[in-house]
Amino acid sequence: MDFNDTPEEAEFRAEVRAFLEQYGDKYRTRDSFSRKNAKEWQAIKADAGYAAITWPTKFGGRGGSDIQQVIYDQEERHYELVFNVFRVGLGMCIPTLFAYASEEQLARYVEPALRGEELWCQLFSEPAAGSDLAGIRTKAEQDGDEWVINGQKIWTSFADTADFGILLARSDFEAPKHAGMTFFFIDMKSPGIECRPIKQITGDSHFCEVFFDDLRVPDSQRLGDIGQGWKVALTTLMNERMAVSHAGGPDFEEIFTLARSLEVNGEPALKNAAVREKLVDWYVTCQGLKYTNFRLFTALSQGAQPGPEASIIKLVGAEKQQEIASYGMDLIGMGGNIMDPELAPMAAAFQDSFLFAPVSQVAGGTNEIMRNIIAERVLGLPADIRVDKDVPFKDLPTGPKK
Amino acid sequence: MNFDISEDAKAVANTARDFLRENSPLTAIRRVFDKEIQYDAELWKSMAELGWLGAGIPKEFGGIEMGAEVLCVLAEEIGRVLAPVPFSTSVSLATSAICAHGSETQKSDLLPKLAAGEVIGTLALAEGVGDPSQDRIEARVENGRLNGKKYPMTDGSIADFAVIVARDEAGNISLYFCDLNTSGITSTEIETVDPSRNTVSLSFDNVEVEPLSEAWQGWPSVQNLLDQAAIILAFEQLGGAQTCLEMARDYALERYAFGRPIGSFQAVKHKLANVYIACELARSNAYFGAWALDENPAELSQAAATAHLSASKAFQLAARENIQTHGGMGITWEANCQMYFRRAKSLGLEIGGPLYWQEQLMSQLEQQAFAG
Repeated sequence: MDFNDTPEEAEFRAEVRAFLEQYGDKYRTRDSFSRKNAKEWQAIKADAGYAAITWPTKFGGRGGSDIQQVIYDQEERHYELVFNVFRVGLGMCIPTLFAYASEEQLARYVEPALRGEELWCQLFSEPAAGSDLAGIRTKAEQDGDEWVINGQKIWTSFADTADFGILLARSDFEAPKHAGMTFFFIDMKSPGIECRPIKQITGDSHFCEVFFDDLRVPDSQRLGDIGQGWKVALTTLMNERMAVSHAGGPDFEEIFTLARSLEVNGEPALKNAAVREKLVDWYVTCQGLKYTNFRLFTALSQGAQPGPEASIIKLVGAEKQQEIASYGMDLIGMGGNIMDPELAPMAAAFQDSFLFAPVSQVAGGTNEIMRNIIAERVLGLPADIRVDKDVPFKDLPTGPKK
Repeated sequence: MNFDISEDAKAVANTARDFLRENSPLTAIRRVFDKEIQYDAELWKSMAELGWLGAGIPKEFGGIEMGAEVLCVLAEEIGRVLAPVPFSTSVSLATSAICAHGSETQKSDLLPKLAAGEVIGTLALAEGVGDPSQDRIEARVENGRLNGKKYPMTDGSIADFAVIVARDEAGNISLYFCDLNTSGITSTEIETVDPSRNTVSLSFDNVEVEPLSEAWQGWPSVQNLLDQAAIILAFEQLGGAQTCLEMARDYALERYAFGRPIGSFQAVKHKLANVYIACELARSNAYFGAWALDENPAELSQAAATAHLSASKAFQLAARENIQTHGGMGITWEANCQMYFRRAKSLGLEIGGPLYWQEQLMSQLEQQAFAG
């Protein structure tokens, strides 16, 4: 075993560090949702060839490998230069365009997205279609060489500031669920679109609701054939790289540090048997997660594609985040609910994480969906028996019988 | 980064898997259950011929010195099929103890025989209930004669010799070699949760023993032996856990209820996904253990406790959910689920239970934190 980079990887990492070193002081941010300086930073990355490492060079990428992207991401996190605002566009929207858009469209849209001049969002989830994405009801009706869109999307990151969006809509309510969808990209500044930020459990607003009221989209902005929307959507979702997803929040080291600073029943918390058992348990889980990441990293380094195995990282990370945050508050005791960073230990990191952890367990695939992915795609267990497969979409039940 | 088992070790593992599939069906372990045999002597001989028993022994003493990683992957394969052989005792504990603390003469005498499978060794540490602790050691050696009682001793009546943890005249924790054919030893079989491993209680009445004192540092040396064994054991547990997961998965595909395979129910799927996750985390921790065993003694202790705790949890969860997935069949004597269920619990206790390893790990973490 060898924990070091291969010579090529080490060389690439050194290049990346030298690059990031120059900008760390100017652009550093602890809030990856921050948009301050984001566009400026993105243009610098694009000029240096780091904005989309795995893209082909003809689209302004580096033509690099997955492992190079992982190395870059690791270093960017280390230098606190992560801005999530372009992640959806470059990770999911534009790669979908690669597969389905015309040459002229690619020439028009790719470069501004890469340089952060134009921001993209993804309009998939709906109030009645989350884990069951194919249940979308937003309606697309053809009218000459245009489409008219009516309906509602939800959980759309950055919709309020995005310039463009990819949209999955239902063009045929008579066809079975998966056969009646069509895929578009839309101009978010068009009339007929209204975005309302959703205030989340944490009090922040990272998502929007988006309402379409007779939005008109030219047929030239359809991606894929009519009725083939689901196939296009799967291309988008395939580009979701879960291998690098990471729940964040206090981890073993933070809970250990917290326990060191507190007393329980008049003795140091670290001497308490119940606390010791918990801490050891998390240490074992956190180490397991860390080395599972090393194993994924090794597989990528040897040229493998990130597979469904990576679901473990997302799932275990999110559950652990919730448990550690909650237990940290228990350790603090009566003052555990204080969120004032001046008063709460460790600047209220545990309280923040306690409220954010439920988001981690729902966003990007719920814990339940992650377990289904492992069961079906890794263990080979059969998919659920479906009652919604061969029935016209309009006849599917949408709620309890009245 | 290359955080993976080496190609050489993988090749050994593949050969071992094929060989054991052929030569160690679960019917062999049934014969131990039914007390027809105490272990599979035939298989043990073949394992010696394949060089497995000498994988950790230096070449000058008749071994093939392949490094700890090979011992680890062999243990995993043995764990998969519950091969009824004294690998965890004779190879992981006794052979390691002789290598580490035997004199040149003791090594020249014993190691070639261990590598050839001509003698079997075991470790005599436990003295009844309780986890490893120097305070619990009462067995005593005076004038080269041992008195005391050791139990439970896994593979105790198969073994030709035991490596015994006992006090010397001054009361210090020491290590001794004892030929188990010497007079003054009374052996009584003990019934355990896992009848697939022969287990005895040994009483020593003025039994002649010789010290194993090379590089001996008292109790910390005992702990070091346990740490090394814990990593190899973690791989054995991992192998068992993996088989349980595969058995449960296969059954969930083939068993129909309510008109569909039970594996299509999320209650079953999610349960097995949890087992898969526990196995993968345990595998990752075990790999780190293998690395520490071969290359980083400073991290050995922490890595060992982590690997063993992780693997104990995975194997016990996998064995339990395997029975649950099999439903009524799972709780029969006939189904093989029970053998893994028994073994999973047993391996989690053999060299100290979870409370011992948790405390080992926690005190390491504290030392590290207070030093830094």
